[in-house]
Amino acid sequence: MTRKNKNFGSQSIPLRPRDGICGLYASSSRLSYSLSVVVLAILLLGVSTGVFVGAGDTVAEASGSAADGLAAAVIAPPELTAADYPTIAGVNGRVTVWLVAQLHLWFAAFVLAVPIFVFIIEAIGMRTRDKRYDEMAYEFIKISITAYSLTAILGGLLLFSLIVFYPHLFQYLSGVFGESMFYYALLFFAESAALYLYYYGWQWLQGGFRKWVHLTLGLLLNAAGTTLMFLANGWVTFMMSPAGVDPAGVFAGDTWAAMHNYLWNPINLHRFIANIAYGGSIVGAYAAFRFLSATRPEERAHYDWMGYNANFIAILALLPLPFAGYYLAAEIYAYSQQMGITLMGGIFAWLFIIQAVLIGTLFLSANYYLWCGMGRSDGAQRYNKFIKYLAIVIIASFLVWFTPHTLVLTNEELKVLGGPYHKYLGPLGIMPAKNTAVNIMILFTALSFLFYRRSNRIATVAWVKAGNTAQLALYTAGIANLLFLGVYHGYFTNTVYKVAASIPQVMTTLIVIVVSLGLDSAMYRGAREVAPLNWGRVPNRAQYALFLLAVAFTWLMGLMGYIRSGIRQHWHVTDVFRDNSLDAYTPTLGYAANVVSAGTILFMAMVIFIFWLSQVSSRKTPTEGFGNQAEGR
Amino acid sequence: MKNFLQVIAFSLLMIGFFAAFSNFGIPEIQPAPPPVQEKLDLGAMTPERFITLGEKLFNGKGTCALCHNAVGGRAPPLDRVATLASERLADSRYQGGANDVQGYLVESLVDPSAYVVAGFGKAGSGDTESPMPNAAAGSIGLSEVEVNAVVAYLQDLAGTEVTVEIPKGTEGEATGPEPVTGTARTALASAEEIIDRFGCVACHKLAGKGGEIGPDLTQIGASKDASYLRQAILDPAAEIVEGYPPIMPVTYEVELYAGELELLVQYLAALK
Repeated sequence: MTRKNKNFGSQSIPLRPRDGICGLYASSSRLSYSLSVVVLAILLLGVSTGVFVGAGDTVAEASGSAADGLAAAVIAPPELTAADYPTIAGVNGRVTVWLVAQLHLWFAAFVLAVPIFVFIIEAIGMRTRDKRYDEMAYEFIKISITAYSLTAILGGLLLFSLIVFYPHLFQYLSGVFGESMFYYALLFFAESAALYLYYYGWQWLQGGFRKWVHLTLGLLLNAAGTTLMFLANGWVTFMMSPAGVDPAGVFAGDTWAAMHNYLWNPINLHRFIANIAYGGSIVGAYAAFRFLSATRPEERAHYDWMGYNANFIAILALLPLPFAGYYLAAEIYAYSQQMGITLMGGIFAWLFIIQAVLIGTLFLSANYYLWCGMGRSDGAQRYNKFIKYLAIVIIASFLVWFTPHTLVLTNEELKVLGGPYHKYLGPLGIMPAKNTAVNIMILFTALSFLFYRRSNRIATVAWVKAGNTAQLALYTAGIANLLFLGVYHGYFTNTVYKVAASIPQVMTTLIVIVVSLGLDSAMYRGAREVAPLNWGRVPNRAQYALFLLAVAFTWLMGLMGYIRSGIRQHWHVTDVFRDNSLDAYTPTLGYAANVVSAGTILFMAMVIFIFWLSQVSSRKTPTEGFGNQAEGR
Repeated sequence: MKNFLQVIAFSLLMIGFFAAFSNFGIPEIQPAPPPVQEKLDLGAMTPERFITLGEKLFNGKGTCALCHNAVGGRAPPLDRVATLASERLADSRYQGGANDVQGYLVESLVDPSAYVVAGFGKAGSGDTESPMPNAAAGSIGLSEVEVNAVVAYLQDLAGTEVTVEIPKGTEGEATGPEPVTGTARTALASAEEIIDRFGCVACHKLAGKGGEIGPDLTQIGASKDASYLRQAILDPAAEIVEGYPPIMPVTYEVELYAGELELLVQYLAALK
C-alpha cells in the first residue's frame, strides 16, 4: 500500500503499519513501557502528594489554607546517625543507588537526546525534500523507543532504592520538591503521549499539513523531555548548591528558589549538550553494529551513511562540550572555592588525568573515523599527506592534557624535583597549557572535518585561492593566539588568574571554526564532484572507532557522575544536611572506576542486546504447516 | 553471532583498559575520612595544645592549607601574616573593623573580604572581594574556639605573641580529623593548689615564705599587671628581672591548663 507523499515531491514511500526493523520489539516493549511509565508516574504522584513523606521532617506548618499543601510546610534536614540508614540483606545501599542512578541517567540521556536530533533531521528532510533524512530520523527514533521503557523501569527502581536505603534524605528532598515532582509526573505522561503519537504516527502523518503536525509533535516531545530533565537537574543541583533554605537547611516553601539554585543552569547546559553527543555516539554504535552485520552492499551503504551522520552529531556536540565544562567548573568555583578546589586540586585532581585519557580517546576515535571515511572517495587522496600531521598535533595535544598537574608533594619529592614543579613538564600540567592543548585538539578535529567534506569535491568559485589563504591565515592566527594566551597565563600570571585564559581561548576557537566553516561552505557551493562518495566503502575497523566512541562516552559519563556527586563529600546536601552513614567517606578513584566499569558493562550489555533484538525483529521464519493462515503473516 | 561476540569482546577490552588505568596508572589516594564530632576538654587546654589544635584545624577541618600553601599560589602564604597585620590595618584598602592583630586575624577568617591581599581577589573585583569563604560558616563551620585556635597557631607561626584567650571552659565541642591527644589530669581548682602542685615557692617568696632564687611575689600585683604575669609564666625568658638567674622552667606553657593559668594570673595580680 502506498500513498502519494506531498512532502517529497513525486517520490512515494511505502506505508508500513509496523516497520520491519524495530516493529516487533517496539510493540512488545509497548506493554512494559506503558506499565513502567504508569508505575513511575504513580510513584512520583504519591511522593508529590505526600504519600511517602512522613511527618518527621516537617517541623512546623505555616499558617494558610489546606490547599497550600506541602508548599506551605517548613521542612528541616534531620541529624542522622549510622543507625538511621537501613541495611537490607547485606546489600550496600550506596553502590545500589549509585549503579541504578547511573544506569537511569545513561538511558535517560540517550532517550532525551535522540528526539532532539531526530526533530532536526526530520526538519532538514522537510526542507531539502530528501526522503533519506526522514527515513534516518525514523530509524533513530526506533532505536531509542525500547530504551524508553528501560529508562522508565530504571527510574522507578531508583525511586524505590532511594526510599529504601536513604529514607530520611528522600523525605527531605520530597518535602522540598514535592510540588515539582507533581509536575514531573504530569510531564512524564505528556512526554509519553507525545512520543507514542510521534513514533506510531510517523507514517500516518506524512506530507503537507500532516507533516507539520508531526513535526510539532516532535517539538512537544522535546519540550516535555527537556523540561523533565531540567526539573530533575534542579533536584540534583540543589544537593550541590542548596538555595531556598536557611543556613540550617530549613526550607520555607519556595520551590522555585530551591530549583533555581546556583548550579542549575550550568548543569542544564552541560547535560543538554552532552546528551546530544552521547545520543549520537550510541546511535553511531548501532549503525556500526548493523554495518558489521550487513551482508548486502546497499545495507552496508545505508548503515555507513547512518554511522557517519551519527558520528557527525556526536562530534558537533562534543566540540562545544569542553566549553560548557569550563563554565560549569567556573560556576562551581564561584559558588564555593572550597568545592572548586576539592574538584580540581584536591582529592579528585587525578580524576582529570583519567578524564584526559577518556576525552583523548573520544577525539582520537572520532578523528580516526573521519580519516577512514575519507577512503569513501578517491578524491580524498589529495589530502592523505596531511593526515599524519593532524594525528601528530592531536596526539601531542593529548599528551599535554595527559601530563599531570603537580599534586601534593612530600618534602622528599620537593627536594628531588628541586621545586614544586617538574623542571620541564611542570608548566604543561597547569590549566593554561591544558586549555591550549584542548583548544588545539578541537581546532584540528574541525580541520579533519574540513578535509573530509572536501574529499570528493573541487571548489569552482573564482576566489578559491584567496579563500584557502584566508582559511590558512585564520587557523595560523587562531593557533598563535591560543599559544600566546597559554604562555602568558601559564608563566606570567598568578594562579588565581591562570584559568582566565580559557574565555579568550574558547572565543578564539569558536571564531576560527565558525568563520572557516562559513568560508568553506561558500567556497564549495556548487563545487564539482571529482570522484563519487561510495557509501559502504569503509573498513570494518572504522566501525570499531564508533564503538569506542560509545564505550568511552558511557564510561566518561559515569566517571563525571561520580565526581559531580563526590564533591559534596560527606554531605547529602552541601553544608546543610550531613551524610552520617557508614558510606559517607569518599571512595578512591580505583573503587569508583570499578563501579563505573561494572555499570558500563551492564549498560552496554543492555544496549547491545537492544541492537541484537533489532536484527531479530526483522527476521521472519516460515511457519509451514502451522495453521491455515500462517504463511505470509 | 560472530559480530555480536566481537563487539562484546572489544567493549570489554576497552572498559578493562579504562578500569586498569584508573587502578594502576595513577596513584591511589585514600581520601581522608569525614571529620568526626568529638568532645574536647577545654579545661585541660594548654597554650601549646591550643596552638597544636589550631595547626590541625588549619590543615584539616578548616581546609586552610588547600589554598594557603607554598605550592599552589592560590592564596597568600600565612607564615608571616601576624607580623603583617599592623601594616594591613593601616592600609587604605582595609575595610574591616579590627584594631589589633588578633582582631584582624579573626576577621580574616570570618570576613575575608575586609582586606584582600593584592592579586588574590576574585577575578574582576579589583581585589575588593575575596574568594575565600567564611571559615565559621558553611561546610567548614569553625566554632569560636576553633577560630581562636587557628589565630593562636598563626600568631605562633609568625613568632609573635599569642594573644588569644585560651578557653577556660570545662568542656566544649570541636571537630577535627583526629582527637587532640595528650596526658590528661584533673584540672586544679584553686591558685593555692596550683602553687603547691608546681612548687612555685621553691624559688619565689609568697606571703613572706619561700625561696629567693626568683623575685618576691608577695605584692607582685602592685607593680605588674595580668598580661605581664601571663607572659612571665609562659615565656620566662622574654624578660629576666635584673639580679635573678634565667632558670625558671619553660614547661608551664605545656603543663598548665588554660583555666589554671588564668586562676594563677588573677591570683598573683590581686597580690597588692
